[in-house]
Amino acid sequence: MSVEIALRHEFPGFALDIAFALPKPGVTALFGASGAGKTTIVNAIAGTFRPRQGRIVINGRVVLDTEAGIFVPAAQRRTGYVFQDARLFPHMSVENNLLFGWRRAASRASAADIEHVVVLLGLRSLLQRRPRALSGGEKSRVALGRALLSSPEILLLDEPLASLDAQRRSEILPYLESLRDEMRLPMLLVSHALDEVARLADDIVVLRDGRMAAEGSVFDILTGLELPALAGSPPVGAVIPATITAHRSDGLTALSFDGGTLYVAHLAQPVGGRLRLRVRAEEIMLALEEPRGISANNVLAAQVLALSREETSHADIQLACGATRLVARITRASAVRLGLGPGTPVFAIVKSVTVDAPAAHLPRL
Amino acid sequence: MDAFLTPPESEALLLSLRISFVAVFGALPLAFLAALLLARTRFPGKTLVDGLIHVPLVLPPVAIGFLLLMAFGTRGPLGGFLLHNLGIRFVFSWTGAALASAIITFPFQVRAIRLSLEAIDGGLAQAAQTLGAGWWDRLFNVTLPLALPGIAAGVITAFAASLGEFGAIITFVSNIPGETRTLPLAIYTALQAPGGEAEAMRLSLLSILLALIFMTLAEFAQRRARSRA
Repeated sequence: MSVEIALRHEFPGFALDIAFALPKPGVTALFGASGAGKTTIVNAIAGTFRPRQGRIVINGRVVLDTEAGIFVPAAQRRTGYVFQDARLFPHMSVENNLLFGWRRAASRASAADIEHVVVLLGLRSLLQRRPRALSGGEKSRVALGRALLSSPEILLLDEPLASLDAQRRSEILPYLESLRDEMRLPMLLVSHALDEVARLADDIVVLRDGRMAAEGSVFDILTGLELPALAGSPPVGAVIPATITAHRSDGLTALSFDGGTLYVAHLAQPVGGRLRLRVRAEEIMLALEEPRGISANNVLAAQVLALSREETSHADIQLACGATRLVARITRASAVRLGLGPGTPVFAIVKSVTVDAPAAHLPRL
Repeated sequence: MDAFLTPPESEALLLSLRISFVAVFGALPLAFLAALLLARTRFPGKTLVDGLIHVPLVLPPVAIGFLLLMAFGTRGPLGGFLLHNLGIRFVFSWTGAALASAIITFPFQVRAIRLSLEAIDGGLAQAAQTLGAGWWDRLFNVTLPLALPGIAAGVITAFAASLGEFGAIITFVSNIPGETRTLPLAIYTALQAPGGEAEAMRLSLLSILLALIFMTLAEFAQRRARSRA
């Protein structure tokens, strides 16, 4: 499963020029400010926008090649497009909305697959309702299910959470996480919210004014010192894939990763479970010597990789902890006082860790 | 029905209904197409087409009847062709009355359908497209059902307007009992005869009753449309 995209198009006062690939199943985030060209790219993949120049290959099938004069119409592309505003058909029940794409799919999902999606997205009790009787979060879930059941080769998520309030958003996020973990599908997630990206994405393409400003794994990009300038936001900090290695008798769960172990309050998942940890840059303190007599449970030995160069009162310090990268935000004064430079061995005191436990509360399938 | 209406009266009523029915439903597919064209596409000369469709609204019906007579008379260019090649005659025939009614009420249909088409979120068609629906599929399964309230409103308005058509019919197809004498023409005929006021009143009351029925239907259709949106 792979998707390749290369596009060029000039709009009045704005040019789009990008090329990237989704090499495997998983979530690639298309991140950037509004107006950076995110939705245009998604529309080009879906076939609802025809760029002047470009080539798009979905699982080996060329759906667009302007040089060869190939343009496969949207109706034949099999992209599961989840729109920001859900776009459910108001004259159909939820069930008929869900089955709209399914009825038109060349290879239809089985009854068991339908059942699976209905359970996965918690749609059972909504099936006979009309879209106007649904809440914003419910509409999003139906839109997701409708796209999934059309047997897509790629899932296009255009800010599926943007129209939702914080509470609805946290209601949908676990569903998206379980989709990521259970559906063997390449997914392109359009977002301008870094926390969303940190939680869901495996890879990121950072867009700026129609061009690609950065591209890479979420673990690298989110700890990159250039991200604040690119994204106009503070660094998110580290995103760490970890494995549960022990549930200790003192109530802590040990989470190991390449570079060390972090301890968090007891988690429900069994030993061997994989999950994603996030450590915000503000949550890391640095010390030159191994600290003793402190309350923090988590101290990691690390090495300074680089310092941010901006002339601001704070400094972002990129750290290597084994193969894992962390980023700490401290005051510029502290960095100078500690004499931090590339190569300096330090101890990172981690004040708090966010655990993204994927859909632990969802029914097992 | 014969208990309340005299045979000429029920004849006029049924003829009116038949002519309006044929006029409105005959023109409906064309009206839908015209509305689709005006609501969804851009092309050079669109303003002109829009204007032409609406001409019957502002032209005196007698003028339309006269123009139809010129075009479809047995010696007119279209009328001669139709008569000699297909054996179809519009003048002095109830089908001619239906044609005149269709043209006069066409703008009502186009207007109502166009409004309902423009009210449909364009994103829905796009969503349908990405879910595998081609053009016809989208037309029949998304656009048409969503435009249904507008279509119903257009049909009802056009039907009511058609029932009242007088000038174009009498000019184009004359006033032939049982063939082209619709309710308004029957009222007119009654007034021409001495002492025909009572008869004209009965027919007018019948027209009012019909109007009330259609207004109720239109209101009902509108309410349904609102509850679906």
